Amino acid sequence: MEKVEILRSRIKEVKSKQVEKGDMILSSLHLAQELFENSIPLEAAEAMAEELDVKIERIYEIATFYSMYSTKPRGKHLIRLCESLPCHVVEGPQIEQKLKDILKIDFGQTTKDGLFTLEQTSCLGICGVGPVMMIDGDAYGNLTVESIEGIIEKYRGDRK
Amino acid sequence: MKAMTILFSTDSNSLLNGSRSYAQIMKDLVKEYNLSKMVDVIETSTFGFYGKGVLFQVFPEDIYYSVSSVDDLKEIFNEHVLKGRIVSKFLVEKERIKPAKGTELKETRIVLRNAGIIDPENIEEYIARDGYKALYNVLRMKQMDVIEMIKASGLRGRGGAGFPTGLKWEMTFKAKDGKKYVLCNADEGEPGTFKDRLILEGDPHSVIEAMAIAGYSIGADTGYIYIRGEYYNSIKKVQKAINDAKEYGLLGNNIFGSDFSFDIAIRPGAGSYVVGDETALMESLEGKAGRPRLKPPYPTEHGLYGKPTLINNVETFANVPWIILNGPGAFRRYGTEKSKGTKVFSLVGNVVNRGIVELPMGCTLRELIYGFGGGVAKGRTLKMVQTGGTAGTFVKPDKLDLPIDYESIKDGISLGSGSILVIDDQNKAIDIAKKAVKFYMHESCGKCTPCREGTRDLYILLDRISKGIGKKEDIERIRTLSMEISDSSFCGLGQSINLPLVSLYDNFKDEFLELVKAKSKNTSNLI
Repeated sequence: MEKVEILRSRIKEVKSKQVEKGDMILSSLHLAQELFENSIPLEAAEAMAEELDVKIERIYEIATFYSMYSTKPRGKHLIRLCESLPCHVVEGPQIEQKLKDILKIDFGQTTKDGLFTLEQTSCLGICGVGPVMMIDGDAYGNLTVESIEGIIEKYRGDRK
Repeated sequence: MKAMTILFSTDSNSLLNGSRSYAQIMKDLVKEYNLSKMVDVIETSTFGFYGKGVLFQVFPEDIYYSVSSVDDLKEIFNEHVLKGRIVSKFLVEKERIKPAKGTELKETRIVLRNAGIIDPENIEEYIARDGYKALYNVLRMKQMDVIEMIKASGLRGRGGAGFPTGLKWEMTFKAKDGKKYVLCNADEGEPGTFKDRLILEGDPHSVIEAMAIAGYSIGADTGYIYIRGEYYNSIKKVQKAINDAKEYGLLGNNIFGSDFSFDIAIRPGAGSYVVGDETALMESLEGKAGRPRLKPPYPTEHGLYGKPTLINNVETFANVPWIILNGPGAFRRYGTEKSKGTKVFSLVGNVVNRGIVELPMGCTLRELIYGFGGGVAKGRTLKMVQTGGTAGTFVKPDKLDLPIDYESIKDGISLGSGSILVIDDQNKAIDIAKKAVKFYMHESCGKCTPCREGTRDLYILLDRISKGIGKKEDIERIRTLSMEISDSSFCGLGQSINLPLVSLYDNFKDEFLELVKAKSKNTSNLI
């Protein structure tokens, strides 16, 4: 089945759990991102607008307002490094530099092989073990300049 | 009760140390040795602090172990579980968990009454500790009598604003409308704060029960929990708790055989700090961009979908069943004159023991940082503390002995979300200021000009100063511009920028002035 068709059928399922009109739009956008490798392409936005019976402008307003969504294509794995003060004061800047060095990209960019997109995020609420980052749905804490390389390698290995 | 109980802390912080796989290994060992009838291995929430290793507690000895490898774990299994010999090299000294000598720590667990004790994914364990009993009692009371109890307790909103909870309930109760909503604000985004996450993951039923109590009290049949989109683990655990409550008839139609029906749905956020504002959260729940609404009308009259809506923070709700069961008088015994009860603090930054602790309102920074926290990490010197989150004030060590509560802002200490960020002397005030303003700049929703443009101007100003190309008058401008943004912004985000920036300016003016005097490059650690 085409990805768009899968999206349509999943939204129908999600819509059945709707309590009030509109309360499932954000969830649907999360779904779309899962299916389309961390971003929302035009075809997905069109399908969502149709299935949810809202104007496509509204889909785009939401997709561009919230930082977890992206209309620009992103890599297969999304790395979100915490940029908040609690991670900053426990040597966050060193981790930031090391990550950029390993991936050879800056924040907001995607590696040439399309494997990683590096982003900053506001506090993830796991400051007890900062500095922290999330890769897709998994969080990593007590990061050190030494430990990062191994974590990234693990995801590189997935590709093979 | 089995002969031995082993509790693994598997909250979101501990998970990152690998606690779940260690718990599984212990479970497998117990099974392999056919000890399932004798030994219980339970995954629970936080014990309060985090180290580098995996932490677990063993009963009946009531001791804590911290291990860093599977071999360590196996050694404890062989020695302690099988032979009953305590392996002292892995013991965590109780002093690390209990207060250091010389400081009296009055940890009082009302909100965290079940965290670290029960398996949060097992509804029966919650029920066994008087769970859902408060709801049962409430359904036999008059609505207004329940509200009077909450009012009498003196409970105030724990999200930061401190509005009297009982009054909010009463206003929503008195609003005339056939449809009303109960909302739980679990869009915890204040940097350095993870109390709501721990409550949701460590004791989700306490929030669900409280929402049902609130629903009955104000006359609502629908509840929503709006959880941050990044909190995958919380969403999963709360969803399971809701499903279990429904299965046990504690949510749904005719709860406890009464006329009262109540249901709860979770909605995830998608990464926006402003949505923590109650009206912005409602916009977001309705499937719109999360920009705050003009108040009045207040949500108690005109909230979600235009209906009267009661919205409370996770921690506020978690207090409610305890108050119902123990009475408002018992609650009022804790805290200060105007701030009753306890507060859950998250202690983060350059401190030996980072973690969560619940203390009565009116405790001091010294108790938190030196009592629970064990002092500044790596033997360094304390430079400043940011209280209440990134939208909170910075204080110097001379304020360590002042009480913290809703009133302490008069001394320059904000309670806010209860985050206590310890900052050592390796950090420069300018870097901290830049990070704080960058946060505001990023999170500004763009609705009003002072916040959208002002935070950007402020950042450019600070950036110039940090690069040694600032002018003397720029320093004064930090203060005046912050005040201007704060005075003219639409919502709490822009309005709060004076708290971090003015306090930084007032405390570290000399350090900023040095930067414009020196005119040297590379004065900042930031790139």
